[in-house]
Amino acid sequence: MKLQEFLFPTAFVPQLESVEKEGVIRELVGALAGAERIPKTRVSAVVGALLERERLGSTGIGKGIAVPHAKHRCVKRVVGTVGLSVRGVDFAALDGELVYVFFLLVSPVNSPEEHLGALELISETLKHGTFCSFLRQARSQQDLVDLSVEAAAVKNAR
Amino acid sequence: MARQQQHPRECAREVVLANPAGLHARPATAFVDRATKFKSDVVLIKDGREANGKSIMEILALGAEQGARLSLITRGPDARAALEALLELLETKLDET
Repeated sequence: MKLQEFLFPTAFVPQLESVEKEGVIRELVGALAGAERIPKTRVSAVVGALLERERLGSTGIGKGIAVPHAKHRCVKRVVGTVGLSVRGVDFAALDGELVYVFFLLVSPVNSPEEHLGALELISETLKHGTFCSFLRQARSQQDLVDLSVEAAAVKNAR
Repeated sequence: MARQQQHPRECAREVVLANPAGLHARPATAFVDRATKFKSDVVLIKDGREANGKSIMEILALGAEQGARLSLITRGPDARAALEALLELLETKLDET
């Protein structure tokens, strides 16, 4: 699996308007529907599934990154998108920091390996510098700079 | 006051991941939560790839699926306790919904 197989640029949201969890999730799911990756009639249901998952524990994994995700029958493959926030979003992240970078995933049911593979790729990419610097070019924002510096440091330490 | 002995020790064990859905976001979070309660450094290794056991992102980047063979290494003053607590998590306690 490759990132471009499940992240759809036409659904990217470079400037999220919302600054709270539900609003961000709605924007990103709406973008996936706009890019025809999920049916428009299923937007509410998918948003509900994502919020339900958040109630089990925030997907804000720290360092300004969140990976909201859920399983839903309306997809046959993992579909995902990226959203960026300038102001930061209170996502109840595990380190208590605001979230600036979102990777939202909707996975098919009964396919844990696909979901795991997508998470692996995103994490691996963020650990290394390339994708982070791509994000930095999209928004020259200090938090994204810090992210890529951190990612590069991790890579060098390997 | 007795001078504190600083003899960092290292413990290591191989483990087969029991969780049906692998080490995805929630179990990775549970692992990090527990790992950070210890002073020792925690390292997970899968197929030669090393992850800081206190970093969710690094653990997720391992992509450890059910049945994956992981090496768990703990280094520090409470290495033994950390190893046992984390082994328990990997072998049995990563509950799924």
